[in-house]
Parts: sequence; C-alpha cells; structure tokens
Amino acid sequence: MLSALVITIFVVYALHTNLENESASSIVIKPNTVIPTPLPTDTPVATLGPTPGQAPLQTPVPAATPQGRYKNGTYVGSIADAFYGNVQVQVTIFGGNITDVTFLQYPSDRSTSRMINSQAMPYLIQEAIQAQSAQVDGVSGATATSGAFIQSLQSALSQAS
Amino acid sequence: MGMPVIVKIAGNELRKTKKDLQKVFDYFNYVDEEYSPYKETSQVAKLNRGEEVSSEMKMILGLSEDLKKETNGYFDIRRLDGKIDPSGIVKGWAIKNGAEILKKLGYKRFYVDAGGDAEIVGKNWTWGIRNPFNVSEIVKVLELSDCGIATSGTYERGQHIYDPIGKKNIILDIVSLTVIGPDVFEADKFSTPAFAMGIKGIEFIEKREGLEGYMIDSRGIATMTGGFEKYVKK
Repeated sequence: MLSALVITIFVVYALHTNLENESASSIVIKPNTVIPTPLPTDTPVATLGPTPGQAPLQTPVPAATPQGRYKNGTYVGSIADAFYGNVQVQVTIFGGNITDVTFLQYPSDRSTSRMINSQAMPYLIQEAIQAQSAQVDGVSGATATSGAFIQSLQSALSQAS
Repeated sequence: MGMPVIVKIAGNELRKTKKDLQKVFDYFNYVDEEYSPYKETSQVAKLNRGEEVSSEMKMILGLSEDLKKETNGYFDIRRLDGKIDPSGIVKGWAIKNGAEILKKLGYKRFYVDAGGDAEIVGKNWTWGIRNPFNVSEIVKVLELSDCGIATSGTYERGQHIYDPIGKKNIILDIVSLTVIGPDVFEADKFSTPAFAMGIKGIEFIEKREGLEGYMIDSRGIATMTGGFEKYVKK
C-alpha cells in the first residue's frame, strides 16, 4: 500500500534565461512527475498550525500513483496516534488517482508541557510556528507526512482499493 | 537525483553563464547516473549486487562509515531491507561539489539548491523554512551568507526515515529539522541522523560545533538551538 507513495521520477531538463539586473540565469532541472511545491510568495500573516475549530489542513498530494489504481470517491482513514494527539486524514480519489488529502484531525494540544530541555540544555528556545509574509530567494522544508499521517492514509487507501 | 535542482547566480554575464551552468547541470547528471539507487548501471546498484565499485563509491562508503560513528549509529546507509543506499550522504556532497564548480569558474554570489538543501555562496540571501503542515506557507525567514542549509522530514523522496537504533519504522514525534552548517555537506550529513533521533535530535545539533538547528514537532512547536537566532530575519 505504501508503494503508492513511492515516486517514480523521470527528469526533464529546461534552461531558463533571465535578463533582469539582479539575477542572470538559472537552470531548472525538474522531474515531470512532481509533488506540487508552490513558489515562495507573500503569505498571509496568521497563526497557523493545528488549532481546535480550524478548517482541516491541506497537505501536498502524494504523486505518481499508477493510473486508475483506486476507486473514485472520498475515504476517511482510521484515527492514528501521532504521539501528541490523533491524526485522521480524508482522501479523495478522482480518475483512479489521489487528488486530495486533508487532515480531519490533528494534534492541537499545545498546552501540554513536555520536557524537551534537559537540565544540561538550557540554550534551546521554543516558539509556536507562525506564517510569515516575505519574499525569499529559496525555501527549505519538509512536509508533515508523519507516521500517523501515513497510517491513516494507508487505511483510507485500503478502502479505495 | 529525482528532485528539482535550481542554480541561481546573481549578476548579468549571460553568455558566460549559460556554458558554466551547463557544467553544473552535467555534474548532477553524472551524480544521478552513478549514485541513483533506481538505475541498474549505478555504483549503488553494483554494490547491492556484490559487484566491484569505483574508487569514488569506496570513498563515499568510507565517509558513511565515519558518519555512522560520529552519530552513534543514527546515520546508517543500510536500509531495513538490507540494501545499501547512500543517498543521505551523496546529496549534500554533490551539491557542495556543484557549487565548487562555479566557485572555480569565478562566481562569487550564487546558490545551488537541490530539493531545498542548498549551498549558499556570497552574502545575504533570504531563505524560508516551509511550514510542514502547509507547504504554501513559510514559518521562518532567514538571512544566510556563505553556508549550507538542509532539512530532514519524515517523508524524504518516498523513503521513510527510520530509527536505526530503536528500529522504529517511522519517526512520529517531529516533522521537520532544518540544519545550518558551514557548508551543505556538513548540514545535510547531520540533518538526517539528527531527525532519526526524534525530539533529542535538536540536542545533538546543539552539542555539535558549527551547526545550528530549527526543529518542528507534530504539534507545530519549534525548538531551535541557541545560536540559530543570528540567522533569523523574521
């Protein structure tokens, strides 16, 4: 089932030129089957992350499932333990492929105090993550496809098989 | 390597730049041919078939062994199914080498970014850390000069990061760990094993000289090392 999430990637090459003063040229080598990664843009300033009562969080769509592998429809996965709380996802299948994955439940218990800093590590600083609006040159990051997400996703996909 | 590679150069020497970028492009092509676990003719495939491998592959295996010791086994190129996959160390090594090509050609301000791990050359590039819960948002804005940045997450190119010590299949408690180091090879080397350590990973980064880190857990709480603040713009 998890093989649905294994990406078969074929590389396509493109050369772009840019006549602006600041940045001259760039080569972008892109796979032609991709997880959608939006370009960095101004983002709304808002507290984000899992909060009770918030709309379900959107996630990137796992790419490159074989054609017509799943039955069309919307499927709700089992509730999985994500250590700090529960995760439950909903999967939409259209044209036999995954077109959307949404969180129905996500850990939101921020008031829980967990001892991350040991006595010997007083230098670590904590904060709640917040959306920032800014123009950036590049972006680093991971997606929260945690184990609990995958468990819940797997259970939804098994209903669609 | 199966991910988008972006090379961005500041300046406007257009004619010279196209040929030089081609050299970087060709190098990444070479790395993909030699080190892709998915290509039958790669050194990695040969290794897993028990065939003789190149001296460069042997050098990478040596580096992997050193890193395994430095991380008390949390970096391990042997997967749960017994196959060897050195992608975790090849990526940062290759990006750094790609950047070296441009440095030797005289470029002073550029970056080489493969899937969000980057070698940053020159001063004051603005860099974002993606929100792991919503990839169209940025949660941290950094100002970076002459360094490397790498992020590990649970889902890296279709392979789960697992804990080679506890043999847990998937790390549950943290979702993203960004490491900044003197170059991308150093940052990338340590970001994967630190992630495999879970919540303790940020302590490992804190203890290591020359590395700073920003870890996001499954609640959306970030923990950063003491010296990370110096990179933060927002």
